[in-house]
Amino acid sequence: MYTAASFAAGFVFGLGLLVAGMANPAKVLGFLDLAGAWDPSLALVMAGAVAVGAGAFAFMKERTRTLLGAPVLLPSPRRIDRRLILGGLVFGVGWGLAGICPGPALVLAGAGSAKGLTFLAAMIAGNGVFEFLEKKKRAAPGPAPMRSP
Amino acid sequence: MSIDWNAFTPASAVIGGAIIGGAAALFAVLNGRIAGVSGILGGLARPQAGDVSWRIAFVAGLVAAPLAWGLLAALPEIRVEASFPALVAAGLLVGIGTRYGGGCTSGHGICGVSRASPRSIAATLAFTAAGFATVYLARHLIAP
Repeated sequence: MYTAASFAAGFVFGLGLLVAGMANPAKVLGFLDLAGAWDPSLALVMAGAVAVGAGAFAFMKERTRTLLGAPVLLPSPRRIDRRLILGGLVFGVGWGLAGICPGPALVLAGAGSAKGLTFLAAMIAGNGVFEFLEKKKRAAPGPAPMRSP
Repeated sequence: MSIDWNAFTPASAVIGGAIIGGAAALFAVLNGRIAGVSGILGGLARPQAGDVSWRIAFVAGLVAAPLAWGLLAALPEIRVEASFPALVAAGLLVGIGTRYGGGCTSGHGICGVSRASPRSIAATLAFTAAGFATVYLARHLIAP
């Protein structure tokens, strides 16, 4: 049931991206092009999504179990640090280059777009770079552990 | 700034947004999780027992949406203007940046802002500002 609900959420999310025009990179770039002929549509996508989402998150706020009885895993870290902002900036540069973010990348792949698949493959490679750097960082700090010969 | 009234699609934007918000709501109420695509996908890089199938299901749902749509009607316009080298660079930056920033347009932008999370609002401002700046540079300074 939990897995089926997860599939349903992803599926509805994908339909929403298609309806909203978020799965069309040219339209996303039209929103990001403030100095050109600006298409404000995506601001309304955000407004529509937040209007619906806010109610659900407010409903879940005090709950410890979901309607399916699963544990609620909605953490609220509040720290605004360099990692968050720099990561956001790097993501934003990539978003501005292609007009594609992770959700639409998967929808484009499903639509059979070769360019979408190229972006998705590079994004997964980027994930790998992150994992590699994190692993190296976890291994690096402090004196190297003693190894028996 | 001039508004491109021909490209502006307020009705489908609000309706599509509400559907996206509905998906995030469904996921929160049933699965108790944030519908953050970069995090859901990223978690598959370090698979842990019992934590894999729901991630694959969510990703499969996103991929299945255009397939199901295509069975019933023509897909809406999808136009990718970026070149293949630009797409590779963009994908790498999105892949790395979303993981360092702990989220993307869905997790921070939609879910986080819906929860009025200061952290997500800060991240959303950062990636949106960088997106605006990048398009400005690309379209108006480098190749006007």
